[in-house]
Amino acid sequence: MNEGMSAIVKTMSVLLIMPMTIFGMYVIIHGHLTPGGGFPGGAVMATMMAMLFVAFGAEKSKKFLGKGSLSTIESLGLLAFAAVAFIGIQATFFSNFLANSASYFGMSISYGPNPGYLNSGGVLPLMNLAVGIEVFAAITAIVLVMLTYREEKS
Amino acid sequence: MIDIQMIAVVVLIALGISAAVLKRNMIKVVMGIGVMGSGVNLFLVSMGYVEGGVAPIFTNTPNLTMVLATPQALTLTSIVISLAVTALMLSFSVMIYSKYGSIDTRKRRLKE
Amino acid sequence: MESLRYTVLLAFAGLLLLTIIYLHPVGFPGDAPMDEYFIRNSQSETGSNNVVTGVLFDYRGLDTLGEASVLFAAASGVMLLFRRKKNE
Repeated sequence: MNEGMSAIVKTMSVLLIMPMTIFGMYVIIHGHLTPGGGFPGGAVMATMMAMLFVAFGAEKSKKFLGKGSLSTIESLGLLAFAAVAFIGIQATFFSNFLANSASYFGMSISYGPNPGYLNSGGVLPLMNLAVGIEVFAAITAIVLVMLTYREEKS
Repeated sequence: MIDIQMIAVVVLIALGISAAVLKRNMIKVVMGIGVMGSGVNLFLVSMGYVEGGVAPIFTNTPNLTMVLATPQALTLTSIVISLAVTALMLSFSVMIYSKYGSIDTRKRRLKE
Repeated sequence: MESLRYTVLLAFAGLLLLTIIYLHPVGFPGDAPMDEYFIRNSQSETGSNNVVTGVLFDYRGLDTLGEASVLFAAASGVMLLFRRKKNE
């Protein structure tokens, strides 16, 4: 595990980085139009990181992305989620202040089927993004910590 | 007439509880709790199903008969929380193994 | 002793089966005014085509905040459990 797997696995995992990242970001960004959202998209991106850890060895990957930075990203995601909830505090907590406001993400849509407009949704895309970042960092941190644990010989 | 989903729910919950209660290996106990959580998720989703309904998403939807939305949101919450709980339980199993040398729940724990 | 345990578990499964007979049948949940309100008004109030996302992040936002906090606490707990000892 420490020095990674064979060259075939390494090459294929490098080829798969881009499609998996783009798919995860697609699931996160289109969370208010298609099935998906912050939690599944973050899990897809965390799966990409787990694939890299398995292919290249977790000890080597730890030099580029450590526990501390993952913890920071996770805290920032949760703080961003709470901050977006707090911005609309003048109406109520978790108020959707961007919906139907004709600004960013503020397109008003009415009841019924439509082809799906990315510019709608109010604060929901922002919250999806924050939750996606948080879930990505949390699951990556759990996998990294579990892979690099070595039992002390006592 | 009992629906097939409900029979699956009963089988999953009974299997999960039997694994969680009867098995000695801690990893198998964690797996039993995971199976039991899957049964509960299936119960929630099938309670909210409407005959002939589609997923509650309006993007290019074929018809407007939709299944109930709140059980699906609660199931998403339940899945994420069961992931967190499973990760914590597995970590505790690893720590217990490294401290006591065994993950058998009925053995003597203290290593002397 | 083993057979007693399995008997108790079979009785438990029978109790579950007895319970689900009295539930409403799958596919006919009856009146659900809250969900009908969500499906009817989610697009005009939250601007979201996906009603599940609308329920998750707008109508039940506090629930999702607690869920994210639980995930955060679990990740922190796993990192705490697997820490290296400095003095050895």
